[in-house]
Amino acid sequence: MNCFDLNQQSVRELNQALHNLAKATPETAAEKFEVLNARGAHALACGINSSVDVVIKDHVGYYCAGMHQCGNVTVEGNAGVGVAENMMSGVVRVQGNASQAAGATAHGGLLVVEGDAAARCGISLKGADIVVKGNVGHMSCFMAQAGTLVVCGDAGDNLGDSLYEAHIYVQGEVKSLGTACVEKPMRSEHLEALEVLLHRADSDANPLGFKRYGTDRSLYNFHIDNAQL
Amino acid sequence: MCGIVGIYLKNPALGPRLGELFEPMLVAMTGRGPDSAGFAVYGTVLEPGVLKLNLQCLHEGYAWQMLADALGKTFDAELTLTRNDNTATLILKADEPSLRAYLRDQHPDVSLLSAGRSIEIYKEIGLPQKIASQFSLTAMQGSHVIGHTRMATESTVTIEGSHPFSSGLDVCLVHNGSFSNHNRLREQLRREGIEFQTENDTEVAAGYLTWRLREGDDLKTALHHALDDLDGFYTLTIGTRDGFAVVRDPIGCKPAILAETDDYVAIASEYQALAHLPGIEGAKLWEPEPATVYTWSHQAA
Repeated sequence: MNCFDLNQQSVRELNQALHNLAKATPETAAEKFEVLNARGAHALACGINSSVDVVIKDHVGYYCAGMHQCGNVTVEGNAGVGVAENMMSGVVRVQGNASQAAGATAHGGLLVVEGDAAARCGISLKGADIVVKGNVGHMSCFMAQAGTLVVCGDAGDNLGDSLYEAHIYVQGEVKSLGTACVEKPMRSEHLEALEVLLHRADSDANPLGFKRYGTDRSLYNFHIDNAQL
Repeated sequence: MCGIVGIYLKNPALGPRLGELFEPMLVAMTGRGPDSAGFAVYGTVLEPGVLKLNLQCLHEGYAWQMLADALGKTFDAELTLTRNDNTATLILKADEPSLRAYLRDQHPDVSLLSAGRSIEIYKEIGLPQKIASQFSLTAMQGSHVIGHTRMATESTVTIEGSHPFSSGLDVCLVHNGSFSNHNRLREQLRREGIEFQTENDTEVAAGYLTWRLREGDDLKTALHHALDDLDGFYTLTIGTRDGFAVVRDPIGCKPAILAETDDYVAIASEYQALAHLPGIEGAKLWEPEPATVYTWSHQAA
């Protein structure tokens, strides 16, 4: 176990130590890191590219676990703007709430938010899976292109606005759907995929209680009626 | 960028420590706003009819006593004068509009930062730590304080362009963001008789509030009107005689986080400005919802 106390060491030292693991052999790479006194610092545990396990025992600032690959990052508190932004693989777990743009542009991996996620969760999602056990704010999955957003609570205004592709499952109320986002029938393959995701996120929610939303693909072609003349 | 911070004490026993709790909040937001900073501190409320003015003059060795004597004579009033670096606090019984007009006409080298029965605004150019030390912020006492660290984008780095902006007696405003309709709105407000000193967008928002409050709105109603009329990205914090208010634009682009315990309510642009506060581990922490007006006041408590 490596213990980093950010009262004593810098964020740069922490991130460098984590980056050094990417060059290590597979046997030495499976390390554990514990981070103390984060006190809302930005850019913690960014650019991980090994199977390391990182536990941050505090609230974190912006862009925690950005560009994440392979490993696990757990935040034992709230996360600021853009947690797991552009994640490629691995798992990022936020035990508290996440601020806006959680999982923005993420290509792969799993982001779990135990609390609520604010506006624009999964904006421009490109293939990752996001499970939010609470609510999500407005414009979540805005312009999403691939991947899945699961919301166990409610979704704010304009869910899935300008949606290209991607799957959205919501158990609670949806305040409103954005342009190009529609409710779709839940077929058996969707229930199966949702069950797997909920299981991976340690959620005991029943897939049958969810509704499925997706794109009507209306934005692929220009439509004169979309212009407010 | 720009950083917003504020703390409002629910527990009056913390009053003597207000400045000491607040200074690290302001300094923590240096990265968001390193070019100028300011704060509005609210303490003892003077009796009705008595005015407290904060005046600033950048001339080295300005003869504040002469100004005080002239004011006392003109307004036939007892007057107390306290100096804090380049800013002076004057307390006297006088009518605010005529006092304001007198200062503008007779003492144009002095700027009136704030007026009211409680508010004191201090602001300067430079790093927040330098400014906090310059005005001995840690020693300040009171019930609440809001502050701002500025990274100028809409207009130049001047004291006039730095926050907080006064927008009426005991009312002031700090802002993170930018308004896109401030030129048009400034012209409309000028026709309503609101005066502007700069091309700054936040001054327009402050003037807008002055106008709404003058038209009879209470603060909450004024802020609901602001949501309709101010176009842009913003988190605003408004200080009042007995509390403060927070509002974010409907898109909610600019950050804000609130923390509440039995002892205080605090706002900051980022959590790291709150991390040192006593009892923060057990505080209720949340982001204010977009287009929602939040207010705290001693009256409501």
